Amino acid sequence: MMTATLPQPPFRLDQKRVAQAILLAALVLVLSRNVLPAYLLRLPESLVLPFADWINAVFDFARDDLGLMAFTRAFSDVVEFCLDVTANLLYGKSRWPQLGPIPWVVIAATAGMAGYALGGLRLAVLAGGTFVWIAVMGQWKWAMETLSVIVVAVPFAVVFGLLMGILAWRYRLAERILNPVLNIAQSLPHFAYMIPVVVFIGVGPKAGAIVTIIFSVPPMIRMSLLGLRAVSPEIIESGKMSGTTRWQLMTRVRLPAARTEILIGVNQVIMQSLAMVVLASFIGMPGLGQKLLQLLQALRIGLSVEIGITIVLLAIVLDRMSKAWAMKQPEHVEGATWVQRHRLLAIWLGLVALGFVMAWLHPYFAEVERKQALSMADPIDFVVGGFIDLIDPVTDWLRWFLITWVLIPLRDAFLWLPTSAVLLALAGIGWRIGGWRSALVCLAFALPIALSGWWDRAMITAYTVFVSVALALLIGVPLGLIGAANETRARRFLLVCDTAQTFPSFIYLIPVVMLFGVNDVAVVAAVMVFATVPIVRYTIEGLRNIPPEIVESAQMSGASRGQLLRHVKVPLAIPTLVVGANQSIMFALFMVIIAAFIGTQDLGQEMQRALSSTDVGKGLVLGFAVAFMGLLADHLLLKWARGKGATLGSR
Amino acid sequence: MQKLTRLLLGAAVVALAAPVWAEDSSDPIIIPTHNWSSQIVMSNVVGQMFESMGNSVEYVSTDSQAVYEAVRLGDATLEVEVWEGAFGASFMAAVEKGGIHDVATHDAVTREDWWYPMWTKEACPGLPDWKALNDCAALFVTPETGDKGRFLGGPVDWLKHDQEKVEALGMNFVVVNAGSAAALWAEIAAAEKDKTPIVLFNWTPNFAEAVWPGEFVNFPEWVEGCDKDPAVGPIPDKVYDCGNPANGYMKIAAWDGMKDKWPGAYAALQKVNFTNAQIAEMAKMVDIDGMEPEEAATAWLEANEAVWKLWTE
Repeated sequence: MMTATLPQPPFRLDQKRVAQAILLAALVLVLSRNVLPAYLLRLPESLVLPFADWINAVFDFARDDLGLMAFTRAFSDVVEFCLDVTANLLYGKSRWPQLGPIPWVVIAATAGMAGYALGGLRLAVLAGGTFVWIAVMGQWKWAMETLSVIVVAVPFAVVFGLLMGILAWRYRLAERILNPVLNIAQSLPHFAYMIPVVVFIGVGPKAGAIVTIIFSVPPMIRMSLLGLRAVSPEIIESGKMSGTTRWQLMTRVRLPAARTEILIGVNQVIMQSLAMVVLASFIGMPGLGQKLLQLLQALRIGLSVEIGITIVLLAIVLDRMSKAWAMKQPEHVEGATWVQRHRLLAIWLGLVALGFVMAWLHPYFAEVERKQALSMADPIDFVVGGFIDLIDPVTDWLRWFLITWVLIPLRDAFLWLPTSAVLLALAGIGWRIGGWRSALVCLAFALPIALSGWWDRAMITAYTVFVSVALALLIGVPLGLIGAANETRARRFLLVCDTAQTFPSFIYLIPVVMLFGVNDVAVVAAVMVFATVPIVRYTIEGLRNIPPEIVESAQMSGASRGQLLRHVKVPLAIPTLVVGANQSIMFALFMVIIAAFIGTQDLGQEMQRALSSTDVGKGLVLGFAVAFMGLLADHLLLKWARGKGATLGSR
Repeated sequence: MQKLTRLLLGAAVVALAAPVWAEDSSDPIIIPTHNWSSQIVMSNVVGQMFESMGNSVEYVSTDSQAVYEAVRLGDATLEVEVWEGAFGASFMAAVEKGGIHDVATHDAVTREDWWYPMWTKEACPGLPDWKALNDCAALFVTPETGDKGRFLGGPVDWLKHDQEKVEALGMNFVVVNAGSAAALWAEIAAAEKDKTPIVLFNWTPNFAEAVWPGEFVNFPEWVEGCDKDPAVGPIPDKVYDCGNPANGYMKIAAWDGMKDKWPGAYAALQKVNFTNAQIAEMAKMVDIDGMEPEEAATAWLEANEAVWKLWTE
């Protein structure tokens, strides 16, 4: 890996020259735009390839001729059966085994005990408290509807991920195929996944579960592969010496040795599935997400914020618990009696029994009715309303300024650029950063977008992402610098980042529209909020991870605080910062699609249209266009950061 | 225990109802719900009515356009609100493919068109005439529309022909499409704060009429063929030189298999019929009074027993 980026002096010079020549050619194209022949401005219609029709043909073939439909339906029936069981247990849907609903006190106690077993008292309070909050806020049924899907989706995703990970670890070919597939899958916008799911599975909780599984599998595959790779040969050796079979070697030696990575994969799966809660409700996932969209539809911001808080709390609890589980090493407990050996289990059983008794004595402990629920919706509405009133005079001016002087000119400029010049420029930048290989990679990503015929829309998406990420950098880097000042503050800032990242983004679309109206300012503002999070996070991480010796030696050479920051800390943090910017672009690309719900004219708007007309081909083409833009930026930035990291010789 | 009594009660209801509707399947009837409240309440009303007849019912939230495909395949059983303007095309397309049919038509009429909240009229007194609106175009100017007025349209996938209308009637407006109904409401709420004039896409029946009183713009009256034949309508060489139909239908659609699988429920569904006032009331119970859709449905059924008991007979 590192050898590829070793400096190669004689080639470097050429690389620079060639890149300059290409960029110059692009510049010439831009300057002579008005005299260019039409086919250099935009790809002629005759060259636009009907990708969407091809994809639809493949899907139709798979569905009608290969009988894939029968297979997917059979699979979804299995999923549906599991969903029925959890739905019965958690919220009492009338299905086998007809035992539920389990009273909320029992579930809260169970969560608390699980928290205690994994991470002590603090985690116990957090986990138990979250479920108490859900119950007293009257969101129990919705939250259980959500959890009933997640509880099914996560194990499926974990098992699939593990199997695929083992496959990729075992066979080089499988890894070669999986790698690019995973790259694209992780940068495809969520909506692109959903359309094929609607076609093959239909709508409803099972479709929600399946789209969640598909979305959350990739990190599991990667982490299992990573974990299996990292198992040290000595462990395998000793396993073999004990005379294990291949199956035993896998299940008793390799997998337990890769435990930490695999559990981090599980953690990622859980986080990804919570991220899908709101989006999956577009295709019938019940629960919190669906309720949230309904409430927003009636402009009930306060109530939707409450649901947003619940989603964040659930995410934090599950994140902390699964991380604690990953870090915890298995321990062996000695003891004479069963109770001594299983102390926590015994306490839990006692609490469960107590819970059932309480629920039997008073219905409040079985289910909190909506009428009995507490709510802080009114104060939240009041605060949001007050905030909007407060900054209203500024927003009018800001909106006018941004639209007339920044956004519309920039957007027109992006659309004005000849396609040929953009492609050349991308190749030139690629060549400058990574030689002819990178130039080819850039073209391989950019050319299909031009060929798909969605160039103008893609340029609008690019413009929105560009402006949002630029603004996010302007805001995020200083915030990160402030946040990194000391350890406590850093931790607080990172917590805010976690919260902002898991808070359902749909909620702030509404206040943003109230502030700025339906226009590009609102879109950019919404995207920017989301894109700032990774920048703050990586700035803090980058500054925190600088080796203290370097800082100390700089201080000893008499560097002032400003000098320390400018000449030592920031340059050293730049590779991490670039990774942050890269993440920020990915986030912005996801958000820009969601911002279609404000009203945009970019790829997202077409994606929304494709979803409502269940046009698989169109949806996937648009999805690939977005994914390719993300992968292009990803390739360039990471290549550059790696080169930078190598020259700085950091770590 | 409570659970048990509920179970016994349920069994008793089934047993009692059984002789009357012996042929109804015990599989649940799947009712799709969407993201606006009147539809959810109405679905619950119909669902609870079926339950009172001994059927089991389940609700599934779906996209309001994709639902016709689901009903066609039998994944969902019926759809209680098929709006002519918004879903007519998807519905008809599904009907042509087969598997779904038109069960009944509500008394309620739907209208979808350019609309403004009352405070707009104070700034532009000639309203609701469209020519007066056009003369006031300057009132609706925003930074992104330059010197033309802004008309805030619904999401593009609602397939309204506002742009064509603007061109056909030579109006001094630019159409800006919001991405969701929520974005439309957010704009009205924001405009209300300082009574900014605003003209946007809206429809009836709908909760917004209760929150923000307003009126539809009067365009040249809809005539059949106005959207296809340039000769129809006041402008001889243009299509869409007219408003949308002022009384579009609202239908009930069902899966073809419902009739055989749940004949009892199907017979009742054929009689289900709501008026504009009833639909507005259902929306209000949820959106203004803050009830849950299920509660609102129960409350409505309790208050209107005379209405729906007739349907079940």
